[in-house]
Amino acid sequence: MAEARVIRVKAGPRLWLSGLWLTFFALAAIFAPLIVPHDPLAQDLMLGKLPPAWVTGHEPGYLLGTDSLGRDVLSRLISAARPALFVAIGAGLAACLLGSVLGLLAGFFGGWTDRIISRIVDIWMAFPPVLLSILLVAFLNPSLQSVIIAIAIIDWTRFCRVVRAETMQQRRMDYVESARAMGLTSIATLAREVLPNVLPAIIVLLSLEMGIAVIVEAILSYVNLSVSTDQATWGSMIAEGRGIIYQAWWVLVFPMIALFLTVLAFSQFGEGLKERFDPVLR
Amino acid sequence: MTEAYLDISDLSVALQHSGDRLLRGVSLAVKPGEVHALVGESGAGKSMIARAVFGILPKAVTILEGQVTIEGADLNGMSQAARRLFIGKRAAFIPQDPLTALNPSKRIADQISDRLIHILGMPKAKAHARAATLLEEVKIADPERVMRLYPHELSGGMRQRVLIAAAFAGEPRLIVADEPTTALDVTVQRQILALIAGMQARHGTALLFITHNLGVVAKLCQTASVLYAGKVVEQTGVRQLFADPQHAYTRALMAATPRYDRPEESLKPASPELMGELAREVAETDTLWAKERAHG
Repeated sequence: MAEARVIRVKAGPRLWLSGLWLTFFALAAIFAPLIVPHDPLAQDLMLGKLPPAWVTGHEPGYLLGTDSLGRDVLSRLISAARPALFVAIGAGLAACLLGSVLGLLAGFFGGWTDRIISRIVDIWMAFPPVLLSILLVAFLNPSLQSVIIAIAIIDWTRFCRVVRAETMQQRRMDYVESARAMGLTSIATLAREVLPNVLPAIIVLLSLEMGIAVIVEAILSYVNLSVSTDQATWGSMIAEGRGIIYQAWWVLVFPMIALFLTVLAFSQFGEGLKERFDPVLR
Repeated sequence: MTEAYLDISDLSVALQHSGDRLLRGVSLAVKPGEVHALVGESGAGKSMIARAVFGILPKAVTILEGQVTIEGADLNGMSQAARRLFIGKRAAFIPQDPLTALNPSKRIADQISDRLIHILGMPKAKAHARAATLLEEVKIADPERVMRLYPHELSGGMRQRVLIAAAFAGEPRLIVADEPTTALDVTVQRQILALIAGMQARHGTALLFITHNLGVVAKLCQTASVLYAGKVVEQTGVRQLFADPQHAYTRALMAATPRYDRPEESLKPASPELMGELAREVAETDTLWAKERAHG
């Protein structure tokens, strides 16, 4: 018992570092209106393309500089955390729920259930995902909800495939048979016996998917198919920064760093959670 | 003659797509408190019988005919839900491989008490106490500590003990044990067998013991059915079986069992003549059966 405890606590810096960044990210998103030093939309053409605070020519109060319209990069960076968090949670959970339920059913019941679900997944995965998401959002009218719906509709297959395989593996174990023999219904067996063993995989995938959702949202706002222009997003900031990269690299680089760190943190957090909560410590 | 507790009569199951029979009209009965051995080589259909009792046959296998009754009630005539409830309260199953038979994500306490809570409707605290008592009964030291552990923290023998405790927990009248010692090493096998024998005697449970080990049959069981290719070739009391085996296959099975009091050279594989005879016998059974079916 004591030994097992020790191994579990050793989950390590991966979980703490990524968890720290995600907490930071979530807090920034939640309290964005309260903590931004400037109005992220306020323009001042006299203060355009100011460099960050450690480069000569900067103005006090603009820590990460300003963009070509004189908007504060730091404020925009913080307020863009909001749609990113919203999409990460909304799209991540929606894709997870849809894909996991179908994956569990396919893996557990096999036969026709499996054949039908697996064929749908195959067909689904043949579509180029970015193109499909652009089409979907254009069709649904660009908005945050459309972005979430589009990501869930495209990415549920990731969950479905992995959860199906894991469920099939668990399904073959004797404990499932014992549960059936002792009189549990199929659905009860699936929910009470199999699901807890598939859960670690689902959690890892969910965390990974949240990172992917953040990237997809960035891609969609890069091509101007996400939220309206009065809300800053990392994707739209990157798009704006691209045109002036030789005059003001900071407009492009900081949102990229934020994006990179967030996506990395999501995937590492998932791995860390798995190490910590999988009772078998595979 | 006491009434049989579990009564299987004329049970035939077949592969759905090919129609090949896996069980060829099996009949056997286990009386209350009796230990009945089901002996046969791999693939003879031993596990198929266990699965048929619990209604967990693989999807590709269908029941062609025959009845499985417990306490005189026909299981195949029940609805799925009624059957589950009926059997969950009366019978338990000890599976073959203790390494995969426990749910890896559940603590030992829950593995035993879940059945009590969900099937028998026992209150949580009572189920927990009962689990502790049972772990003690299967001779696990410090049950309160073990109950908090996960299966991967236990050895194979310990896990099999937990499975036995779980099977006896609900005081079932019948336990089906599917080769419960095959996955264990020899020294542990002996302890587990002694444990099952002791538990069975104390609780007065009827036991259908599936094995390919004749030594175990002699030690543990009162009656036996010898199965070959899904067909019972011999069914008798265990003393009778060892003293005077009637069927050539039973004799061959005994001749192929290693014994420390006989030289290794005396071990004999089944002769080609015997194999031919068995194949003929099976074919005959099938023809007869097909004829009966044709006449309705």
